[in-house]
Amino acid sequence: MSSLTVTDAQVRTTPAKAIQPAWVRVMHWINALAMILMIMSGWQIYNASPLFNFSFSRDITLGGWLGGALLWHFAAMWLLMINGFAYLITGLATGRFRKKLLPITPAGVIHDVRAALTFKLGHDDLTVYNYVQRLLYAGIIVAGILIVLSGLSIWKPVQLYYLVMLFGDYPTARYVHFFCMAAICAFLVIHVALALLVPKSLRAMIIGR
Amino acid sequence: MAKRSFLIPGVDKRLLIKDSIKAMPDFTRRRFIAGGASLGALTLLTGCDVIDSSSAETMLAKVSKFNDAVQAWMFNPDALAPTFPESAITKPFPFNAYYDLDDAPDVDGADWKLEVRGLVDNKKSWTLDELYQLPQVTQITRHICVEGWSAIGSWTGTPLRDFLKLIGADTRAKYVWFQCADKDGYNSPLDMRSALHPQTQMTFKYANEILPRAYGFPMKIRVPTKLGFKNPKYVVSMEVTNEYKGGYWEDQGYNSFSGS
Repeated sequence: MSSLTVTDAQVRTTPAKAIQPAWVRVMHWINALAMILMIMSGWQIYNASPLFNFSFSRDITLGGWLGGALLWHFAAMWLLMINGFAYLITGLATGRFRKKLLPITPAGVIHDVRAALTFKLGHDDLTVYNYVQRLLYAGIIVAGILIVLSGLSIWKPVQLYYLVMLFGDYPTARYVHFFCMAAICAFLVIHVALALLVPKSLRAMIIGR
Repeated sequence: MAKRSFLIPGVDKRLLIKDSIKAMPDFTRRRFIAGGASLGALTLLTGCDVIDSSSAETMLAKVSKFNDAVQAWMFNPDALAPTFPESAITKPFPFNAYYDLDDAPDVDGADWKLEVRGLVDNKKSWTLDELYQLPQVTQITRHICVEGWSAIGSWTGTPLRDFLKLIGADTRAKYVWFQCADKDGYNSPLDMRSALHPQTQMTFKYANEILPRAYGFPMKIRVPTKLGFKNPKYVVSMEVTNEYKGGYWEDQGYNSFSGS
């Protein structure tokens, strides 16, 4: 991990544009922390009344019991929502989403998925996302928005009734909330695996370049 | 899991979990929260003493209080809980408590009286017959449990705000505090604005029949804008008060406002 260290001299002599600007890096890691807290406490809450024929092992949950998990969930939600909202606003205002994530074409996605599966997908220029990345990053933003909206629906089904209507009814919003969690966990597995396969992308998310 | 074999999905397993949690002394329960805190957060924030278990607990309790305030701010006294047709009623409606149905309070309706205390003009106790004389309305609403499951039921009774007016309650007070006949003394505070909500009801009937023992005979407080544990059953007294007196589950860490 010696490549992680950057000397002052290097910084001064290479004023090259950061691959990941500071605001992206800060919000990324705050989001990572918030998501993990939300998912682990969410699993404990799920266990109080499982939707399916399984429960999550207590070793991987947060809060110890339903009451403790709810305290964590409704504390970390502020971190997730405020950080996520700031991220969406900044991403839209700076044009980053448009520049980095669009366009997403079916042909482009098929081509890059095929290349990725045969390990031929290049990562020479980290500033340009390939179609697989674009699809996953856009998808995770949508999942993030949906999990917050469905979460608000099941937290405040009377006061935010119009949100519940969006999902149909309260029990459906619960399922949507669960499946968004599942989608985010699936993303996490791929995301972390790929970051480890291409360590310089991880470095860019930590030090910017 | 054995869950599927039960008529009402999940109920028995929950009871089991609750019973086992209940069997633990308070100290152990609190340690559980703290234990969870260190598990998740230690790995993430090593060395940060926010995660020291007792300060994590303090921080979480503070955020929960903040969430009470946020929910009170969000609470719209005119927003009604959705109502449903009779065909939507969940059958059977689940019995849910921290004890088995066999251990539920078996109240003798002839002896029972509702005690009224605190900031009210008329502190007379009410017999069941007297309460049955009050005008009643029926609502079919969704009961949502803190555990996540929900069920639609039909409740009939007197709007609590009408009763509070009748007894000359000071509706500027902060809470109506209910005490119940459950073993270990169940109680729960209800903020006044929720108490005055048009759908908040002193319930005497379920599905047009006298409230059965399972659902809180002789009287339950139905609050469709609150989670289930804020809908006390087997109510024996109500007190209008400015003092926050805590509640059975609230004291163990469930968010006190817990509004829907």
